[in-house]
Amino acid sequence: MEALLSVLIGVMIASAVYLLLRARIFPVVLGLSLLGYAVNIFLFASGRLQLGSAPLVEHGLAQLPDPLPQALVLTAIVIGFGMTAFLVVLALRALREFGNDAVDGGDKP
Amino acid sequence: MNHLVLLPVLIPLLSGSLLLLTGRAGKTVERSIGLVATVALLLVAVVLLVRVGGGELMVYYNGNWPAPYGIVLVVDRLSALMLTLAAVLAVASLLYAINGDDELGPRFHLLFQMQLLGINGAFLTGDLFNLFVFFEILLIASYALQLHGGGRTRVRAALHIVVLNLAGSAIFLIAIGAIYAVTGTLNLADLAVKVATTGVEQAGLLRAGGLLLLVVFALKAALVPLGFWLPPAYAAASAPAAALFAIMTKVGVYAILRVHGLVFGPDAGAAASLLTPWLLPIGLLTVVVATLGVLASRELRRLLAHLIVLSAGTLILTLGLDSEAATSAALYYTLNSTLVGGGLFLLADLIARERGEAQARLDREQTVARPALLGTLFFVGAVGVAGLPPLAGFAAKLYILQSAFLHTGASWVFSVVLLSGLLVIIALSRAGSALFWRTGKSAVLEAGAGLLPAMATTLLLFGTAALMLGGGMATAFTQATAAQLADRTAYIDAVMSNLSIVPSPHREGGS
Repeated sequence: MEALLSVLIGVMIASAVYLLLRARIFPVVLGLSLLGYAVNIFLFASGRLQLGSAPLVEHGLAQLPDPLPQALVLTAIVIGFGMTAFLVVLALRALREFGNDAVDGGDKP
Repeated sequence: MNHLVLLPVLIPLLSGSLLLLTGRAGKTVERSIGLVATVALLLVAVVLLVRVGGGELMVYYNGNWPAPYGIVLVVDRLSALMLTLAAVLAVASLLYAINGDDELGPRFHLLFQMQLLGINGAFLTGDLFNLFVFFEILLIASYALQLHGGGRTRVRAALHIVVLNLAGSAIFLIAIGAIYAVTGTLNLADLAVKVATTGVEQAGLLRAGGLLLLVVFALKAALVPLGFWLPPAYAAASAPAAALFAIMTKVGVYAILRVHGLVFGPDAGAAASLLTPWLLPIGLLTVVVATLGVLASRELRRLLAHLIVLSAGTLILTLGLDSEAATSAALYYTLNSTLVGGGLFLLADLIARERGEAQARLDREQTVARPALLGTLFFVGAVGVAGLPPLAGFAAKLYILQSAFLHTGASWVFSVVLLSGLLVIIALSRAGSALFWRTGKSAVLEAGAGLLPAMATTLLLFGTAALMLGGGMATAFTQATAAQLADRTAYIDAVMSNLSIVPSPHREGGS
């Protein structure tokens, strides 16, 4: 499971970097979202992976899951969501100002 | 437990919420709330500074959760010093803004308070993930403040900052995940304990996490090669926002000093002195690149933005010297460069307003309406920032060079710092003569601003003179701060001291 997850995270980050380097605003937004997902899974995995464990607490279970990464991921999701929303609004404004969707705001359409 | 520690976070949060509630109650109400809150913040910061001046560490356990389990806020000399510095800068920026700059866009005062909330929180927190949260608050407020006033250049600069910092946040989270996976804690004091006892087999992940944190903080501090976003952004920002931003690169430097100093210090086992080989070269390189930027600037505000990068580079190279004396010198330099940097941004706006269409461009001939006043202020600021006697910039630079004397890289430090100082003097004297002497036959335009902005500017610029006059006191304090930073055990003991009140910890770290 660890191998599968790390490959998954790797592929997602690679795709995210590819999209970020497109330097067009829509792919960049998608890339940043993808990067956010990959990072969230990474954070989640930092509390160790377990099968068949309780969601939070269960009496009589020797191995309880680590609740902290879940809290971190939740916070990271909320912050990432807010930031992405801001970026989209800003991108729309930039589109209106420059008339194109290049991240460096070149004057050519 | 002392609730005073929470106030620097609470005051901007509550006043910001109040500003949100009062909505469009009018500019007088908004300005009063903002001003009262910021002055109150300054008072609280000074009280904290006096309280911790004797060496006491004030620890605040949020919700009274004991140390490694809950989030702690810690005030030591360094935190109190940075809080006070930020508050002084904020008061001056706000005094400047209420003359009319706050009306260029909506909700200036709300964003200003939120920015202060993030900055203060970052200075106070004793928890790595909490630091991330406060960084995000600080950043989202800074994006909006960067946009304050609108216009193409601001939108473009803001777009770059947002994309870069979102990528930076992802790296921050990866670093946090890596460190948490090894140590099972995010409390800085607890991390310092756990990292010191981490075995060699897990040190790789830990070191990777620590170095990723350096990448994030270097992005905030605008160090080479991650600092090229700063000059266009700060040059485009409105004056009060740019003046407040002068502390933002210092937040990055503070985070390096706090996190890496505490967690990856010399006694950190397999990850000991993680940054020692990196900081000095990065700092030197940043100074070189920023000096070239200063020389190449054809606009005063861009020149000042490069000077901000230069000061961040100087700070990092001083921290790279890795001694107590160097840390003390770096702190003294921080005080001077932040105040003068902020003041010069305000001054640049005053100059730009009085030059009409020429703005602050150095290659256009246009006289200013108040050459005596603005010229004097520019002279004081230039002397302060370039490090010429008799102002504090000179003392700070001397102090840095003195602390570098016995270091193996001393020849590099001396040649780079002194040569960059000379080139900065040349660039500033060229800028000054272009602005105030090479005025051609241009007509005198009317003075744009009243007395209040000039007063705010004077307040910041003469901070460098005050730092020189009170130099003995200031350096005694920075020395005590550096000594406190070197004494990691005291910090760890102070934070972890209430562990005994927990009946039985449910979970051991590092499951």
